[in-house]
Amino acid sequence: MVELLDETPRVRSVVLDPPDWGGHLAGQHVDVRLTAEDGYQAQRSYSIASAPEDEHLVLTVERLDDGEVSPYLVDELRPGDELELRGPIGGYFVWEASTGGPLLLVAGGSGVVPFRSMLRHRAAAGSDAPARLLYSSRSLDEVIYRDEWEGLGADVRFTLTREQPEGWTGYARRIDGELLAEVAWPPAERPLVYVCGPTVFVETAAEALVALGHDPARIKTERFGATGGR
Amino acid sequence: MDALDGNAIAGQLVEVFGAELTTATGVCAGCGASGPVAELEVYLEAPGTVVRCRSCKAVLMVLVSRRGVTCVDLHGFAQFDVGRRIRE
Repeated sequence: MVELLDETPRVRSVVLDPPDWGGHLAGQHVDVRLTAEDGYQAQRSYSIASAPEDEHLVLTVERLDDGEVSPYLVDELRPGDELELRGPIGGYFVWEASTGGPLLLVAGGSGVVPFRSMLRHRAAAGSDAPARLLYSSRSLDEVIYRDEWEGLGADVRFTLTREQPEGWTGYARRIDGELLAEVAWPPAERPLVYVCGPTVFVETAAEALVALGHDPARIKTERFGATGGR
Repeated sequence: MDALDGNAIAGQLVEVFGAELTTATGVCAGCGASGPVAELEVYLEAPGTVVRCRSCKAVLMVLVSRRGVTCVDLHGFAQFDVGRRIRE
């Protein structure tokens, strides 16, 4: 472990320099395994936040109070410590510059992590595929990589569902068919859609997109839960 | 408990089958629905891992690990097409 970065009060990025890392695709994840002194093991999956082109491997971890792995990663891990990783894992929820677009990314909370990897990859690869991210967060304080989105060359739109700062001009409601109709390209333009977030969020967004006429075969989803890490 | 999806067992499948299988296509023996493993319903906290059809909820796959041995039951699939992935 090289460095720990504060993203929000509950979220930190763990910067890693794994030996013999063979590279990854944007959107993939790794499994992190912790072993206690008595041999007890706990394992969770975390999405990779860095682009394949980045120097280090970055995982972004949300601290779950009753979690077995995330409190250790967020609170206990120190630079120089070693972690047991397996990965990169997953070949489905990935995007490569050669895949093209238009690329529509829909994120709920820390579901935005793989999209940072995709948009950094898109920028690094010089892709001209149009990209749009709709990112739902409870409040501005909980927006991850807040200072970074503007520089990625994508159309990034926020919706703050619980609390908005004074003078907020972005969206302030939960993601539903109406909001998706406003933000998404029309189905006729056949955008490639990725939805990532908690299960209920993903199902609401995916069902609304299908109802709007988007081809289910062009909608990829990834769900995470309190025990699934990510 | 909310169901996750097949992305959540990508690592487990690599461990058991030695290949990336979330892009493989499974056909449900119950209702005939077909789609990538990544989009199936996954319950991690059942006794073992239970994978269900998103359309008819039939159990497609069960993975149970005990003392380092994993038993896999695939009886719910009528077909399981790994395409070229298995050779990679």
